[in-house]
Amino acid sequence: MSASAQSRPLFEGALARRAVLDALLKLNPLHQLRNPVMFTVWVCSAFTTGLWIQALGGHGETRPGFILAIALWLWFTLLFANFAEAMAEGRGKAQADSLRRSKRDVRAKRLRGADRLGPFDAVDALDLRIGDLVLVEAGATIPGDGEVVEGVASVNESAITGESAPVIRESGGDRSAVTGGTLVLSDWLVIRVSSNPGDSFLDRMIAMVEGAKRQKTPNEIALDILLAGLTLVFLLATATLLPYSIFSVRAAGQGSPVTLTVLVSLLVCLIPTTIGGLLSAIGIAGMDRMIQANVIATSGRAVEAAGDVDVLLLDKTGTITLGNREAVAFLPADGVSVAALADAAQLSSLADETPEGRSIVVLAKTGHGLRERDIHALDAHFVPFTAQTRMSGVNLPGPGGMREIRKGAATAVEDYLHAAGGAFPEDLRRLVEQISMAGGTPLVVAERVVDGAGAAPSRALGVIQLKDIVKGGIKERFADLRGMGIKTVMITGDNPLTAAAIAAEAGVDDFLAQATPEAKLKLIREYQAGGRLVAMTGDGTNDAPALAQADVAVAMNSGTQAAKEAGNMVDLDSNPTKLIEIVEIGKQMLMTRGALTTFSIANDVAKYFAILPAAFATTYPALGVLNVMRLHSPESAILSAVIFNALVIVALIPLALRGVKYRPAGAAALLQRNLLVYGLGGLVVPFAGIKAIDWLLATLHLAA
Amino acid sequence: MNTAWLQALAYLGLLLILSAPLGTYIGRILEGERTILHPALAPVERALLRLMGVQGEEMEWKAYTGAILLFNLLGGLAVFALLKGQGHLPLNPGHMGGLPTDLAFNTAVSFTTNTNWQTYGGETTMSHLSQMLGLAVQNFLSAATAIAVLAALVRGFARRESKGLGNAWVDLVRSTLYILLPLSFIFALALVSQGVVQTFAGAVHTASGQGIALGPVASQVAIKMLGTNGGGFFNANAAHPFENPTPLSSFLQMLAILLIPAALCHAFGRMVRDRRQGWALLAAMTLLFVGALATTASAESRPNPQLAQIGVAQPAGNMEGKEVRFGVPGTALFATATTAASCGAVNSTHDSLSPLGGLVPLWLIQLGEVVFGGVGSGLYGMLLFALVGVFISGLMVGRTPEYLGKKIEAFEMKMVSIAILLPPAVVLVGTALGVLLPAALPSVSNPGPHGFTEVLYAFSSAANNNGSAFAGLNANTPFYNWTLAFAMLVGRYGTILPVLALAGSLARKKITPEGPGTLPTHTPLFVATLMGVVLLVGALTFLPSLALGPIAEQLSLR
Repeated sequence: MSASAQSRPLFEGALARRAVLDALLKLNPLHQLRNPVMFTVWVCSAFTTGLWIQALGGHGETRPGFILAIALWLWFTLLFANFAEAMAEGRGKAQADSLRRSKRDVRAKRLRGADRLGPFDAVDALDLRIGDLVLVEAGATIPGDGEVVEGVASVNESAITGESAPVIRESGGDRSAVTGGTLVLSDWLVIRVSSNPGDSFLDRMIAMVEGAKRQKTPNEIALDILLAGLTLVFLLATATLLPYSIFSVRAAGQGSPVTLTVLVSLLVCLIPTTIGGLLSAIGIAGMDRMIQANVIATSGRAVEAAGDVDVLLLDKTGTITLGNREAVAFLPADGVSVAALADAAQLSSLADETPEGRSIVVLAKTGHGLRERDIHALDAHFVPFTAQTRMSGVNLPGPGGMREIRKGAATAVEDYLHAAGGAFPEDLRRLVEQISMAGGTPLVVAERVVDGAGAAPSRALGVIQLKDIVKGGIKERFADLRGMGIKTVMITGDNPLTAAAIAAEAGVDDFLAQATPEAKLKLIREYQAGGRLVAMTGDGTNDAPALAQADVAVAMNSGTQAAKEAGNMVDLDSNPTKLIEIVEIGKQMLMTRGALTTFSIANDVAKYFAILPAAFATTYPALGVLNVMRLHSPESAILSAVIFNALVIVALIPLALRGVKYRPAGAAALLQRNLLVYGLGGLVVPFAGIKAIDWLLATLHLAA
Repeated sequence: MNTAWLQALAYLGLLLILSAPLGTYIGRILEGERTILHPALAPVERALLRLMGVQGEEMEWKAYTGAILLFNLLGGLAVFALLKGQGHLPLNPGHMGGLPTDLAFNTAVSFTTNTNWQTYGGETTMSHLSQMLGLAVQNFLSAATAIAVLAALVRGFARRESKGLGNAWVDLVRSTLYILLPLSFIFALALVSQGVVQTFAGAVHTASGQGIALGPVASQVAIKMLGTNGGGFFNANAAHPFENPTPLSSFLQMLAILLIPAALCHAFGRMVRDRRQGWALLAAMTLLFVGALATTASAESRPNPQLAQIGVAQPAGNMEGKEVRFGVPGTALFATATTAASCGAVNSTHDSLSPLGGLVPLWLIQLGEVVFGGVGSGLYGMLLFALVGVFISGLMVGRTPEYLGKKIEAFEMKMVSIAILLPPAVVLVGTALGVLLPAALPSVSNPGPHGFTEVLYAFSSAANNNGSAFAGLNANTPFYNWTLAFAMLVGRYGTILPVLALAGSLARKKITPEGPGTLPTHTPLFVATLMGVVLLVGALTFLPSLALGPIAEQLSLR
């Protein structure tokens, strides 16, 4: 799904055709009532059409052809706005259709008891209720959201995530949540259903992408109020122009009062149709961009809140650092050569398949030229890590006897050394402390040789420095966030020393060390009490309280059901850095609204210069000085303004769907740039546009 | 032109210099801190509050609004009764009779709403008692009302998660006692030194029998200017030699008009703990003022082309309707200041300004009286525009808009829209009635676009509580007395109510700490944005009507 969504072009033939049809259907006045600006345009269009019919009957206020032209362009204004909305919706609908396909005709084996081998009923997925136990075997589709209570299986979740590599789902722990519509590839699962039909994750996702449940977001409502207010004042300004004009004609003793057609044209040109027509498209497109980023938000409100986030809480592991630590240096004890230490370290790790172990072998090879050796050829015996010894290592038969090499945490190795009659050298202790202070993890390497006569004293060889590897490019992203005014806080279970070192390296603003769920919750509450909006990601059940408390909470799709319920967004890619993109999408949505509002209002200046001299040309010819664009005739001037007003909506549809380009920068810099582009641009562009249309109309003899 | 620039420079310089310490002083008063006047006035304040039975407890916005409305209602009724019954009351040396109901109502509303629209001639209509106990008292109280409303709004910004907005009664008493009374006292003495009359005596009669009106003028003129009321003692207002005798008295009066509105910006900055915010608003006001002044002054310094055609030499510019002792510079500055602020006192006939020179005062009024504006009302009006500016530019930087840490959401936008849009709506509809209804049309005596401008000016002046007039219109008719009174009421309380509701909603909100993602509201960029919003809203609303009035007239002048 995601792959196809991301590559979908802005205007796809089939989508556009469907949108044209939808645009016509949306002419229904009941639909327009939702939007005061466009409803006004609807009334104006209908009214002008009436004037045209009256004019056909021979009682018109002016040429029927002119009234018809105005009426048609007013209807077009409405259609273009509808088209924008339909395009935005269409993109969501196409995705919803593909989601719906994975939902079709699923049969479920509902267990009568807790025993998976016991009797079951074959039922339709739609008949399942919360608490039902179902058995899903290889090749079957999971009938509903739920929690694995028994079994392990590989599951293909590509229907939801677009990621075709299968994932493991098993009972207990953080990988127990399964989503309806996904496919079990191997083995079997017993699942306790956790949602009723129509309320599942897939259902919510379909509703969301379709925009069926789309409610206006808080900022959208506030903007709506402002736009409605402006519409009202322009309505008054144009409606009162009729008596003013009648009075002026009498006072000046010449000309005729302004026609209703002209007044209606003026009204539609002045009210903020550009933003009014594109407002809902912007909102839908914002949700759509979220879906393309593979994030499902439970509401538009959450998307919008993302733009306001002041503080990001990020888990260290997996978000800021790669999941695993890596060996970065061999630090020998006094009297031991680096080469000897590297050799011993490599030998002890040859059979160690943990990521840390592999990284030691890699460091020995790249840093010290030690080729990887075949552990079987050496006849070595691998000693794996156990909770008792807390060490791993290798036993090598050699000419002097059996050589034991061990590596492990400092305390564990110290015990080992003492037990074998050795001592932990002081210089090594200092090294261990230094590494800890610098945010690394020390692994001490020790050896002893056991021959037939007994054990020789053991000795410590040195320390392997393991380090958390901060993800490439993450520091720059944090710098971007700081520029945007967002504070980053790293959450980690590490001790404060280690945490501070990693925080400094990653460039986060603050950190919470030795974090417990309570500490996280407390931190979020503290920030919120200070008036800040907090965003966080989480996947485990123990994250749920903090997720519920955070203003923007992104749960990983791989996480537990509890986490998903607590969050207001789900990241299908389970990528914790996604938060940064989410914030950007939220901001982009607001910026697009602000930019188009500014553009729309700034446009009015030029429209006044086009229409006012034309409207009063007969009463006060001196007002012709205001016709700075030197438009051809009063009729062509008014028609050009109306046509420009309609066409500018079409021209801005791509911007509304794609969103204003967002660059991380401080508020002042962003405002300056957008004011320049959309404010100043909004003042200048219509002068050129209206003049060009007027020239075309005059050249083609389309207006008197 | 050199003296004109010099005068303007001296004026603005002195205004800005004086406004800072006065603003600090007002800020201290509104925050209940001790000031230099407390030893003398605090006992009076305590006595007054005890007399009123006020404990000074915090009021929620509804209680605060209720107190303000009740206070204004009682004040208005008192003035109405006084005007109706002045014939039977003392201090009436001129034996003035009671006023007709429509005029009494209009005047009572006019002085209660700080408009001071006068459709009567002061010296031929009012007894001394009416002038002093009715009109002058309302001059103080209407100004104090607006200061109290402003104080509530500013507290809404400054407080976090709080319900109270302060105590309306305490604010009213303190504004009057510590701010308006002492300033008026000093200013009245300064005026008397310039020859403004101050006496309880009635008119004196010359040998030829002509009556020369006298009265307690200086005391009333002081508060008329300081409180941006504008209601003159005499019909000729500040053009009358007993009300404004010298160029210096004129300069002082102009200074008095803008002094408190400018100082309130500083008081605002102090109260929200960020003086830069006050400076930014003051800068926007000052820049708009300078632009307006330059336009009026240059328009008036040009001779009237129609008089030039018949060979009249006009070396001093367009002097029609102006006092020679003030000249074009002193008149242009006065006209700009009195309409920038919602004062409405005049030292010339605005009707006789050139079309462009008259357009500027008219448009300043139509902007909503926010370029300095009325005492208190100018700043709360400007803050409404700041919220619109913040809303649009906040969206443009991708955050829920916030001003001074308060998020601006749907409810705030609703109140802001109502407060900003009601006065223009009344202006537009009122003017339409004025040019349409047969009952209203006979009042228009001038032909052509000028007659239209007179009607537009009257409704603009009333709905924005300015009070000055384009004199050519006969407004003392039942139609105008009633409709303009309605316009004044809507313009005043249609703004005060949403502003107080806004204050209540803002006070309940958290304060978001400032960060790099916060849109700074003290920068030149924001000042420019704010000016842009004020001008654009004003232009978009009134361009069509202005085109049929002063613009058509100016362009027809050849």
